Amino acid sequence: MATDPLIEFRNVNFSYGTRPILKGVDMSMSRGQVIAIMGGSGSGKTTLLRLIGGEVRPSAGSVTVAGQVVHELGRNELFKLRRKMGMLFQFGALFTDLSVFDNVAFQMREHTNLPESMIRDLVLMKLHAVGLRGAHQLMPAQLSGGMARRVALARSIALDPMLMMFDEPFTGLDPISLSVIGGLIRRLTDTLGMTSILVTHDIQESLRIVDYIYFLADGVIVAHGTPDEVRESKVPFVHQFVHGETDGPVPFHYQAQAYSQDLGIRVESSIQPEIISMNTGNN
Amino acid sequence: MVDSIWRLGCAAHFILLVLLKSVPGFLRFRLITREIYYAGVLSLIIILVSGLFVGMVLGLQGYETLQKFGSESAVGTLVALSLVRELGPVIAALLFASRAGSAITAEIGLMKATEQLAAMGMMAVDPIARIVAPRFWGGVFSMPLLAAMFSVMGVFGGYLVTVVFIGVDEGSFWSQMQSSVDFRYDIVNGVIKSCFFGVVVTAIAVFEGFDAPPTAAGVSGATTRTVVTSSLAILGLDFVLTAFMFRGVS
Repeated sequence: MATDPLIEFRNVNFSYGTRPILKGVDMSMSRGQVIAIMGGSGSGKTTLLRLIGGEVRPSAGSVTVAGQVVHELGRNELFKLRRKMGMLFQFGALFTDLSVFDNVAFQMREHTNLPESMIRDLVLMKLHAVGLRGAHQLMPAQLSGGMARRVALARSIALDPMLMMFDEPFTGLDPISLSVIGGLIRRLTDTLGMTSILVTHDIQESLRIVDYIYFLADGVIVAHGTPDEVRESKVPFVHQFVHGETDGPVPFHYQAQAYSQDLGIRVESSIQPEIISMNTGNN
Repeated sequence: MVDSIWRLGCAAHFILLVLLKSVPGFLRFRLITREIYYAGVLSLIIILVSGLFVGMVLGLQGYETLQKFGSESAVGTLVALSLVRELGPVIAALLFASRAGSAITAEIGLMKATEQLAAMGMMAVDPIARIVAPRFWGGVFSMPLLAAMFSVMGVFGGYLVTVVFIGVDEGSFWSQMQSSVDFRYDIVNGVIKSCFFGVVVTAIAVFEGFDAPPTAAGVSGATTRTVVTSSLAILGLDFVLTAFMFRGVS
């Protein structure tokens, strides 16, 4: 990939208790790009973001952000690094007791000594960037899902971060909101000169706005490439994911014993359980 | 059993962290003032109304018993001592646990469930310093004030029933109360009790909220635990404090 990496994963392993989540992940993410991390549910995508933010520590390997190994940082250094990061949570995570204006102003008031008049101008500029300047007096409970996501986006770019992380930014959005959010991510990344990492399932929107895509399955990077390379890919996992096919290396069903066995149906050895189940369902 | 001890250790460690991270809250005292409003001012109605009725019942029951011995003029003493030493701090704390303690737990638990605490952490703002510590101190400061108001309202309720409605001599009511209630021995000890209760209730409330599993059932369970654990802690601690404070010396 391109030079000057902002984030590097080197042989990162991570597990929750005895359950391994990431197994020897190697990744490199360049500055100024929009990078998508894709994969099925429970494949460890969000864990990658949590490792970058220093919320969890790898059990082996290292995550380096802007030349600093995240898990080796003390609390103060980690908080200093986090001031240069922004994170958009899946459902916005707006502070429900604060208005839209105060949500966006939160970091400015916590981390800077800017006068209130300047904070007001900056907040309105951030809200204008996401098209919600007129909503600055509303409370989070008065916002739709898409609006809440946009306010959260304005809040996360309040201090002009060098790195933005988006956790499932497109989930549950109508096509218009989805397109608006996708466009905003691309535009803000280019305008502010930051690096954006998206964890998402939405392949079509991702192919439209990102520069590079990593595919994660069972805790390992199974494929990666530019959107054009991904579209042309013959890798079975990528092909199945991009085209939303039912058959392929990614199983739809969670591992279980035979369906017929669960339903208590006796199966002739020469007949497939799937056929039996279909017949049963049609009766 | 091992789990309970482990949890107790976690709670102690958590409260230690809250104390250590309280400095920013005191430097921005409006954060604590806001919590005093939510925990204290908004609990006033329930405290004042309950205090009034408890005082009225004490007056009635006290008069009923004392008049048998011709000592109905001592009803003021009975009402005041019962309230200032025991009922004021204890009932106010039980009401505080139900009204404010449960609200603190639910609020922090929901903030955790909706990732607001995680978002705050990712913004390099420590949720313990910004969210938990002001709520802890807001509760600690509110509790003695609420207990005092409960007692004042209770004395007024007792006065209303015995003097205004029944007709006990007003002079005897107040003078006997004045001569029997000692500032240091009765009132200060009552205030000390309510301070202890304030620390215990809010410590339980903030810990349960912060430790709640981030689900609807988790937050609901944590809220219930706050009320139950706080109530038991208040009653148990009241016995211990009473044993140390009041030993028949007057």
